[in-house]
Amino acid sequence: MLRAQIAVRLGTLDLDVAIDVAAGEIVAVLGPNGAGKTTFLRALSGLVPLDAGRVTLDEVVFDDVSTGIHLAPERRPIGVVFQDYLLFPHLSALENVAFGLRARGASTKNARAAAESWLDRLDLGPYKEARPRALSGGQAQRVALARALATEPRLLLLDEPLAALDASARGAVRRDLRRHLASFDGIRIVITHDPLEAVALADRLVILESGRVVQTGSPAEVTRRPRSRYVADLVGVNLFRGIATAGHVALRGGAAIQSADGVDGEVFATVHPRAVALHRARPEGSPRNVWRGHASALDFQGDRVRVGIEGEMPIVAEVTPAAVRELDLAEGGEVWVSVKATEISVYPA
Amino acid sequence: MSSERPPALLAALAIVGVAFFILPLAGLLARAPWQSALGELTTPEALTALRLSFVISLAATALALLLGVPLAWIYARVPFRGRDLIRALTTLPMILPPVVGGVALLFAFGRRGLFGQALDAIGIRLPFTTFGAILAATFVAMPLLVLTVEAGLRSMDRRYEDAARTLGAGRWIVFRRVTLPLIAPSVFAGAVLCWARALGEFGATITFAGNLPGTTQTLPLAVYIALETRPEVAIMLSVVLLAVSLAILVAMRDRYLRAF
Repeated sequence: MLRAQIAVRLGTLDLDVAIDVAAGEIVAVLGPNGAGKTTFLRALSGLVPLDAGRVTLDEVVFDDVSTGIHLAPERRPIGVVFQDYLLFPHLSALENVAFGLRARGASTKNARAAAESWLDRLDLGPYKEARPRALSGGQAQRVALARALATEPRLLLLDEPLAALDASARGAVRRDLRRHLASFDGIRIVITHDPLEAVALADRLVILESGRVVQTGSPAEVTRRPRSRYVADLVGVNLFRGIATAGHVALRGGAAIQSADGVDGEVFATVHPRAVALHRARPEGSPRNVWRGHASALDFQGDRVRVGIEGEMPIVAEVTPAAVRELDLAEGGEVWVSVKATEISVYPA
Repeated sequence: MSSERPPALLAALAIVGVAFFILPLAGLLARAPWQSALGELTTPEALTALRLSFVISLAATALALLLGVPLAWIYARVPFRGRDLIRALTTLPMILPPVVGGVALLFAFGRRGLFGQALDAIGIRLPFTTFGAILAATFVAMPLLVLTVEAGLRSMDRRYEDAARTLGAGRWIVFRRVTLPLIAPSVFAGAVLCWARALGEFGATITFAGNLPGTTQTLPLAVYIALETRPEVAIMLSVVLLAVSLAILVAMRDRYLRAF
């Protein structure tokens, strides 16, 4: 069990997070650039001192600012796969993997033997004597993983493990990584800005924004109920925040919408762009939510067009190119918007 | 790279600049007694000076490596009050006239110097000894090594050191097994520059260590003395120094430019 309460101020970053991770869990810390993800990882590693907080792994105290405890990085039972992997360029793949064992006091012979078996296990047998610059991105990543695992850590940290790879190689390497992560039984924390990577690798997502945890939960929970603009944009839905009273949601900014969900109080409301209908004139009939706006941006994505609507209630709609022609939509043109109450999902903020 | 036709004035001044360096070399080579070259170079005085020069410059380089690499590490990694002042003081010999350095060494470690008397009391004499010549050469040449290594340390990717620490390496192992190999090109470049400077050292050596054949008379000193009595020996020794220096510069040109 990892219990981490971490407060670090570094330049403009104000990181203040508390995360518990159960034994055997794989957690992805997902967030935009500059959210403090790498600082969080460096703080867990002991490479950045805490301004306040306490970090414990099982019974081992890593940091406790109140009692002045700070365990040096080299004394923590951790393994880190760094962004860009940081394989020592002057050492062979084998020597890289043996480095941690040597540093922890193993004899050259034992360290080499253990390193060889790790390389074999990660299908790197033929590359033992290769220098890092001769390895492909995927091979380098596996050497970095072997190096981190060779010291048998209880906590494995991975910082953007796929970011250094070509898009073409990423899929295969991600599947491999998933398999190798599954065979390690300690706590695994993956830092990433890529939601696909987070969802593919982790049991649980921790969303980090501007140094704070804004949401945590299984990938399904997080995508179903985004709690921040960042997550909503990742998932591709419209997110609103307001106060609900018996199905009437007064939004921040003055507009209001009607929902079929019976939640009261501070709420988030999401609308999928496909559920947003556009009309040339005020529509007749049942939709409860109708308002007028201007098309501000048309983004053609194959057989779909995402239309940004400005007005009293900004929203993104997704329609077909045919609909764009029928509606005679142009940037800046007037358009009526409608959303059925049943298409608006409301949940407590 | 596209070649560009230079303005006539720039081209003319550049040609004068080149001539300014080439003509003295031409004068030297034109006057060199090539027929008796081997004979002049194998006189006992010349051989002794040659051997002594290599011993002193290599020893000075070793001493500069031993003291200069740690100093560069402190300058690059440990911010402390007065660091810039201390760095300036230890860089001073690079721009100080070497004679002034020699005088300063004399008044510090000479027999009547500030620390020389104490050294004398425990039986250590530095002035007018080979070890004194090594110290004089180190004094003027070590700043080149320190600056080069410090630049290398500042430009290396320190995240490799972080990676080593998370693998269980303490600070000393990180330095020995990661930092040092990664800055090896800078250390090598600094050592070569330092050695070249030590090889050509004249002012501080003659002031502090004197001009004793077989003990402190290095190649540059021998050239200076021979010029009065046997100019052909002076010329051939100069040609040797020239060849060595040119070889270093050509071999080092990329590293030299990168370090500064």
